Parts: sequence; structure tokens; C-alpha cells
Amino acid sequence: MTRILHGVDITRGASFRGVVDFNQRYRLQHVDRNFKSTITTIVPLTDMEKLFQLRIDDDAERATFGFLPGQFVMLEVPGYGEVPISISSSPSNKAYIELCIRRAGTVTNLLHRARPGAKVGLRGPFGTHFPTGQMKGHDVLLIAGGLGLAPLRAPIFDITENRAAYGRVHILYGTKDPSQLLFDYQYETWRRVGGVELSIAVEHADADWKGEVGLITHLLDRLTLDADDTFAIVCGPPVMFKHVCSRLSARGVPMDRMFVSLERRMHCGMGKCYRCNVGHTSTCIDGPVFDYWSVMNLKESI
Amino acid sequence: MLFRTLAKAEFRKLVELLLAANEVVGPKRVGTNVRGEPLHQFLPVSAFDELALDYANTEFPPKTYFLPYREDLCSYRFGDDDWTQDIRYQVHPRVIVGMHACDINGLVKLDKVFTRDTFPSPYYLSRRKNTLIIGIDHLPGPKCFCRSVGADLVERGFDLFLSDLDTRYFVAIGSDRGFGLLQRVDAKAITDEDRADYLALRHRIADAFETHVDVQNLPSLLDIEFESKLWKKWGDKCLSCGACAMVCPTCYCYGVHERVSIDFRCGAKVKQLHSCNLLDFAMVAGNHNFRPTRESRLKYRYYHQHRGFVEAYDEPNCVGCNRCGHACLVGINPPDVIADLQAEERR
Repeated sequence: MTRILHGVDITRGASFRGVVDFNQRYRLQHVDRNFKSTITTIVPLTDMEKLFQLRIDDDAERATFGFLPGQFVMLEVPGYGEVPISISSSPSNKAYIELCIRRAGTVTNLLHRARPGAKVGLRGPFGTHFPTGQMKGHDVLLIAGGLGLAPLRAPIFDITENRAAYGRVHILYGTKDPSQLLFDYQYETWRRVGGVELSIAVEHADADWKGEVGLITHLLDRLTLDADDTFAIVCGPPVMFKHVCSRLSARGVPMDRMFVSLERRMHCGMGKCYRCNVGHTSTCIDGPVFDYWSVMNLKESI
Repeated sequence: MLFRTLAKAEFRKLVELLLAANEVVGPKRVGTNVRGEPLHQFLPVSAFDELALDYANTEFPPKTYFLPYREDLCSYRFGDDDWTQDIRYQVHPRVIVGMHACDINGLVKLDKVFTRDTFPSPYYLSRRKNTLIIGIDHLPGPKCFCRSVGADLVERGFDLFLSDLDTRYFVAIGSDRGFGLLQRVDAKAITDEDRADYLALRHRIADAFETHVDVQNLPSLLDIEFESKLWKKWGDKCLSCGACAMVCPTCYCYGVHERVSIDFRCGAKVKQLHSCNLLDFAMVAGNHNFRPTRESRLKYRYYHQHRGFVEAYDEPNCVGCNRCGHACLVGINPPDVIADLQAEERR
């Protein structure tokens, strides 16, 4: 039988050679190739959250993988599923990646039962980032509620590692109660080594709690800030960042200098499945980091 | 664009050449509906006479030959402590004969999403490159509104496109592959008469549209009417069955899940087309649902097609085939929903 049409193998093109680089967004490549990674260390944080250190097995893939603070990865447990998780480690750390994961669904509950040595898949990085470069020379206010500290940890690393480039740096952090505080072993480092003013408040104190009690907005109201010279990064539940951002706005901080990170259901990370659709766009491509003015213009984003 | 004419017997010869060498898919009559009208579906054919080229429309679009309802993105083999991932793309060539302009324009929109935007999809591109498309003109049905959304004429996205001039086909050549194909049969250079007959047919098609939808003002209108009570009215009718997205030639939203063999030795990451009207579309772990109501989900189907897609690609993600309106069990259809919004604007 003489074939009139011959099969075209698109993978013979040059763009398929070498390792996949998700930072080359317009390159035709194996977009569902995951980087096999080993869970090297698991740090228990609270009864709901653990910090996972992951090392990409392949040297070339590990060398290619690079991200900016605020970006996320798709973490896959083959046979179970894939979930979007924001990166919590330093962008300058080429040895391993840290993901702070709350057990909430099928994949994350399985991960909480995993032991070091387990092999998982990583794709990414995906999404927009907190523009820490643009913030240089200015004061920075980082505000986190609850699990919101997880996506904030990457910009905290980035800013404290380049501390001299920034003005005053404040972190305001609030949780429901002291048992929910994440990364409590690092607060002293951020304060003394990082030169950061860290204020923490809990809504409900326990017998041992000696710090502030109340909502994060109380910490914010007490803070003196130079509205013309401040960038803010706000992470937490929508109800929290809505109140925080409107207070900042009332105090004169421009809305395009406040950055928030949105969460939505995601199945691809690449603007294709459209499950993370918010307003007229997708959270994975135009987000997850948006400035607050953009968020105000996205229908049902808050 | 280059043009030729092809005698009908020569076209038959061309399809028979293709049938002898490759898989050929085309509109095939598969039954009749309750009103006794013929039902057609794009299916593999084994003889030229199985092609019903005069079909009005198919219930399902040919998009599933490019975006299958279900497709393995990769497969896994599991060892004791480790696994290996394998990725394959379709390289099996296929011919689709008889696609209408609206469906080809649907593919052109999908091309923008899957081949020209961020993270081009090798799955889609491989199917696209391995599919030869021969399209055909038709007189619009009473509910067709492709002309309103600029999808009644094709300029790209096909290899050959036929217009029926009774005794012969007027053929637009969309690719070098299509040009090469015509060299296997007796295609003729076009004459002044061919050109005149073709233009007369174009006018006859343009004048035959009965349904018109004004989409020019929709992006801003959808923003203004976002809180409109009309969404509740239409949402209350909606059964959240997702049929509209399944029959849509441009809907591409999907979900991904994993499948494991019963002996745990292998598995696969599976992509499956989804619908924004299904309850779990925007539900996240912990059971929070960003769109818990039918009206919010129905509204977002329109908001994506006529607002979000326009923002990204300067055109709506609708080709006016009205398959969604035809498939909807409760009569939700774009001309009526959009007219309702526009009536509210004038009220």
C-alpha cells in the first residue's frame, strides 16, 4: 500500500533536544515531562502542614530549573495525581526546593504519609512572581495570614539575602492560634540575620502565649509606614487580603504596589485546562501573583 | 490563496486514492432523530459513497480528532521504589473530508490556544500536523450564526476547501500538501466563469442566514451585566449537564487524573475534556467551590467565550454553529441569551 500521507514526528525538531525548560514558555517541548525528584527531608511544622525538601535527581534538569519568588510548581505523585504548590525556598538555592504542604486532598494527604526517599515528579516553575527587583530601594511590607506564609517565604529569602538593596522591611504574620505558626524556628534568623522587623499576632492565645492577640489588621494599624515609598506583598485567605489591601489603600499605598497571590483549582499550570480561570484570565499564566488593582478588575477574584 | 476547479468525478478519484492509502474520516449518516431528520457524525469511512457531504450539521464536532475526550498524556511503569515516565504523541496520519467552515475556524481558534500561545501542546500539534483537512461549503441552517462571529469564511487552517458549483468543485488550496494532492488528479486552472459562479455562490450563502447575533459590544456588556438577574433566570434552567461544552467545536477546558492498573505495575496520566458547567469545575481540596451555583457556572461559559477569549485573542471563542443550543435539553442557546442581555441593556 502506498501511503499518500506520511506520519510527521514533531519530536524530531531541535526544540525537543536537551532538557525541558519551563522558563522558555514559547518553546515546543515535552510539557508533560516531569523532573523526577527525591524527597530528601520532611520537616513537621504543625499538625496540618509539613515542609518537604526535594532534590531533582537529574543533574542537567536540576541545573536548568530556576524560579522567581512567588512562582509555583505542579507536584505529581504518579498514580495519584498532580497538585499546584507554591515554592517556599530561596530562589538562589540550586541544591533543593522546599514546598510547604497542608494536607487537604488526596495527593497532599498521601504526601503527609510519605517517607524521605520517595520519588515524585515536578513540573515548572509556572506563573508570575513578586517583583522583588522592582522593589529594590524601597520599603517592603510582607503580610501573611495562616498558610499565606508559605508563598511569602521565597520573597523573604530573596529580600533578606539582598538586604542592603531595600529600605525598611517589615513582616506581619497572623494565625488563628500559636499551634498554627509556621517556620517558628526561623523567626530569630529573620530578625537578627535578616534585619527584618517581624510582628506576630494570634487570634486566640493559649496559656504559654506572650505575644500579641488579635487580627493582623491590628498589627497593620499600629505600623508607621511611608505610603509613597512602600511595596506590599500580602498572602492569605481572600477575606484577609481584601481587608489588608483596602487599609493600605486608605493609607495611600498605590494599588499597583500591593501584590497578592491567588489560589484556584489547577490541572496544567500552562494556561490550557482553564480550571483556574478567574475573571477574564487564568491564574496560572497571568497569576498567581497579581497586583491589587488587577485583582479588583477580575470578576469573582475576591 | 491559489484556486483550481475539480470535476466531481475527479474529486471522487482523489478521495478513493486517499482511502486506499490512509485513514479517511468524514460525515457519515448514523441514524435519524425523533423528528425523522438524519443524524450525522464524523467517523472513519471505507468507501466514497459513505460520505454524506450534503449533511446539515453533525451533533458532535470533529474537534475530538484533535482534542480527544480522553487521552493519555504519559504512561508510568512502577517498580518497587521507583517509576519511569513515557510520553508518546500520535503520528498516525489521517484525512478528514467534509469539514464546514465553522469547524475549521474552530480549529484555527484552538490553534491559537494550543500552538501559538504559551506552552504549545505537542499532543495537539502532532494531531494537527498529521491530519489533512478537506473542507466544504454549505448553505447555512436556520440557527447557524457563524456569519455574525466572522466564522462563515475560511482563510486558513485547511489543506483544500471545496465549494459546490453543481457540475464541479471550486477548490481553495490552503497548503502545499493540498497543492501536491491536487497534482494526483486532473485539477484545472480557474476561468472567469468559475470565478463568477463562485462569487455568486458566496452571495447566495451570505444571504441565506436567518439568525443574526450582534457580538460587537459583548465584552463590555458582559462586564456591565455581570451582576444581572438574567444570569439567575438562565442559570435556574441549566441542568449543569455539560453537554454544551461536549458538543462545542472550540471548548477546550479539561481535567487531569491518574489511572493505575489493577496489578499496580503501570499507570497513566489522563487528560479528559471537562465542562465549566459541571459542579466540580472550580472546586478545590477542602471542598471550597469558587462557583457553587449554576448561574455562576453558566455565566462563566459566556464570560470565557465572549470576554476572556476576546481579551486574549481579539475574537470570541464561538463559531456560531449553535450545537450547544441544539444539544441543550432546556433550550439555553447563545442567540437567546445574548439577545436577552442586550434587551436588558436597552431597557
